Amino acid sequence: MFTNNKNSIFPGFGLSLGYTLVYLSIIVLVPLSAVVLKTTSLSLPSFIAAVTTPRVLASFQLSFGMALLAGLINLFFGLLLAWALVRYTFFGKNVVDALIDLPFALPTAVTGIALAALYSKNGWIGKQLEPLGINIAFTPWGILVALIFIGLPFVVRTVQPILEEIELELEEAAASLGASRWQSFTKVVLPILLPALLTGFALAFARAVGEYGSVIFIAGNIPMVSEITPLIIITKLEQYDYAGATAIALVMLIISLLLLLAINGLQAWSAKQTGRTRQ
Amino acid sequence: MSITVKNIHKTFGHFTALNNVSLDFPSGELVALLGPSGCGKTTLLRIIAGLETPDSGSIILDDIDTSKTPIRERSVGFVFQHYALFKHMTVFDNVAFGLQVKPRSSRPSKDEISDKVHKLLSLVQLDWLHDRFPAQLSGGQRQRIALARALAVEPKVLLLDEPFGALDAKVRKELRRWLRKLHDELHITSIFVTHDQEEALEVADRIVLMNQGNIEQIGSPDEVYDHPATPFVYGFLGNVNLFHGRVDGEGIQIGNDKLSHQQSQSISQGASVIAFARPHELNIEIINELANDHARGISATIDRILSIGPNAKIELSASSLPGDKNSRQFYEVELPRAEVIRRRLAEGQLVRIVASKLRVFEQPQQAH
Repeated sequence: MFTNNKNSIFPGFGLSLGYTLVYLSIIVLVPLSAVVLKTTSLSLPSFIAAVTTPRVLASFQLSFGMALLAGLINLFFGLLLAWALVRYTFFGKNVVDALIDLPFALPTAVTGIALAALYSKNGWIGKQLEPLGINIAFTPWGILVALIFIGLPFVVRTVQPILEEIELELEEAAASLGASRWQSFTKVVLPILLPALLTGFALAFARAVGEYGSVIFIAGNIPMVSEITPLIIITKLEQYDYAGATAIALVMLIISLLLLLAINGLQAWSAKQTGRTRQ
Repeated sequence: MSITVKNIHKTFGHFTALNNVSLDFPSGELVALLGPSGCGKTTLLRIIAGLETPDSGSIILDDIDTSKTPIRERSVGFVFQHYALFKHMTVFDNVAFGLQVKPRSSRPSKDEISDKVHKLLSLVQLDWLHDRFPAQLSGGQRQRIALARALAVEPKVLLLDEPFGALDAKVRKELRRWLRKLHDELHITSIFVTHDQEEALEVADRIVLMNQGNIEQIGSPDEVYDHPATPFVYGFLGNVNLFHGRVDGEGIQIGNDKLSHQQSQSISQGASVIAFARPHELNIEIINELANDHARGISATIDRILSIGPNAKIELSASSLPGDKNSRQFYEVELPRAEVIRRRLAEGQLVRIVASKLRVFEQPQQAH
């Protein structure tokens, strides 16, 4: 990996690697190491105490649980959306295609306020759900709605180009060999999409874990019920408890890193299974 | 299993891909659908497979009309030009695919599948590659795997769409011979599409020549090569010299010159015709300075003599309109190399081209 092969046809190995490392350090590593550094001002027992209060633990569960759930829902519907956009032509397709990116462009606060207005008891959607005994706004489900919204583009945009490139011949070949439509989807198309699906899922999940702006407007922020971890960090900061805030941030960072590493591992495993690794 | 194609019509927008085509493919034959690109040959193959639906007409497999049967129930094996192998599966899994997707009730056991796959891989001489992925194989190997995969479901018909089109010349030739041998062993009714006349002539039992959505001629390779039925077939199959002229007495008047031809009487005098002759059906006569006889052959200049192998290829040109240097007509004559040396033919020499055999077609409109 770190060998600079003189016979390599790719130029600029030293330059590009150096640039990558410096850039990554300035943009990512330095801010993150500040988090670690600040946390070390706490003794180990007080660190553990800070990150294991019931309120913090409940927030971890909520943040990661909802992010995972939102990621999974986006995985399914993102694939569906990408499928419809690639495989079919319909009126207004370009508009739909452009709409997909909107959650990226909208300020998250606007998203949160809009969703809260829609799903509250007298909002357009909330009004319909209220008689059924379903409350979305100001409950954990409100968080889920917001996280689904902001994570929507990831899976669609990662899957779309791969789906476009799948040759129709592959499915024709599967059909000529007697496969049903479902079989050619699950055995031929899905394995090809798997890396893109995993990437899209990882991105949507990571974004959802760190989301703050849109969630706090719709969550209600009730401690132990609908209080997300980023909000606890902000609250600690407002109380000038910097070490406490960074301690929670550090735990969040580690869990996120582990989960993303796990997804990467899954990627590598599936690559090996399907011959995508280079020998 | 025999295949009957009945009045198939297919259009794409304003383009007619197949114009009321009817054909019979007898059981056990290897038939080539030959034609230039855009002639409808691939469309016909895809319609037989069920990958495309015709606007009208029917496909009959073994006396059963399968026009409405979806491809997965037609039991046809289809081989694609670009292999269409499943990249995420090993060679073994690719070949086993057709067996794995069978409903549980008719699916063979794991051991049976494994046996069968290895047998098929041995048949295509690639069993040693069974745990590789398609990306690790050469083009020729990929196509053989694709063929093994198609054969795994024991199709009654094998359809190959330009199977060797993406391969280089040497591998193509090898695979051609190999396909012929395989067909002689299996005797499965096979149709393959190609635009390569050499491939069709070498491999097929019968050749179906297509042009612009119509069938021009059907016959054995000998028949279509020696007795082309239409000007198109003549021009498409093999090297050929083309002459534009008018019937005049016992010959064809071409510019100032005349090619003698015995059968021209069947065509009315003065009719404009096109005539074809293969390079080996032409001969060269050295001009006798004294008798400047225009009735004997076309005067032309030798541009190049290519002597490779036992025969020499002689390229000649003649001005088709007297006095006009820009409109030159090119001819090719094939002579034994010894003849070229004996007659002392040289580049730049002015000679006459005469024809030992000439096939003449009447032309409805003069197109010069």
